[in-house]
Amino acid sequence: MTPLQNLFDPQLLAQAAFAVVVIFTFTGALIAVLPRNILYNVLGLILCLTGVGGIFLFLGSAFIALMELLIYVGAICISIVFAIMLSRPLHLSLPKRHLPKVWGAFGVALLVFGVLVTIISRTPWQPAPVRSSDWSVTTLGAYLLTRYDLVFEVMSIVLLVAILGAILISGTSGRRSS
Amino acid sequence: MNSLTTYLFIAAALFIIGVFGLLQRRSLIGMLIAIELMLNGASVNFMAFNRFLAPDPIIGQVYTLFIMGFAAAETAIALSIIIAVFRRIHSINIEQARDLRG
Repeated sequence: MTPLQNLFDPQLLAQAAFAVVVIFTFTGALIAVLPRNILYNVLGLILCLTGVGGIFLFLGSAFIALMELLIYVGAICISIVFAIMLSRPLHLSLPKRHLPKVWGAFGVALLVFGVLVTIISRTPWQPAPVRSSDWSVTTLGAYLLTRYDLVFEVMSIVLLVAILGAILISGTSGRRSS
Repeated sequence: MNSLTTYLFIAAALFIIGVFGLLQRRSLIGMLIAIELMLNGASVNFMAFNRFLAPDPIIGQVYTLFIMGFAAAETAIALSIIIAVFRRIHSINIEQARDLRG
């Protein structure tokens, strides 16, 4: 095998793509948390969620990956940008960082990470004895409307109530107070 | 790339970055962004178990969709509360939002 063919080995390409996706995720997550400018945070969140969509692709579900892009990047991030535009102007002075709080948060996060790593590495994970391999969107839709009907309906009701509540809270509270 | 623990570690790392952000930020929108990161860590966990352990690969996908739906609802409510708070106290810093009176 020549080196050029070696370069386009599918296994190698898949690993490179996985590395890219993971780097996207963590760079985005750090940008979403660390800078104090809130607009950078939202852009980092978009990067991170795109990476998570790629991870879902590697986990076998293109449908969920597309939903991640559509719902998180397309809807949630854009509504966060709208909230930023409707609230404090960006050119006002940023709040100072409170260093003891940052270190405390870092300590707590490290503690939680230690606990999680211990749990993950100590548990003997056993796959289910019989595993179906039906990943198609058709089956997912059929299950959502038959066996997991309640999930679908609860989600719809919750979204309806949330949207009504959001309109009520942000639409009337200002008028009543002013 | 093809083992369960890799994905579980990725999910745990996303989750703790979210925890760190949630504890460290003082802007309400920053805390909301951190919560989204934590929810995504949970979703990655569900999808990883779905891929490697679950008897039926539909269950994890349904759960992940459920989480996404709730995240959308939660964001809508949280952002409207943030806008209402901003109109009242002209700041989205939580240390100035101490008053619960309506």
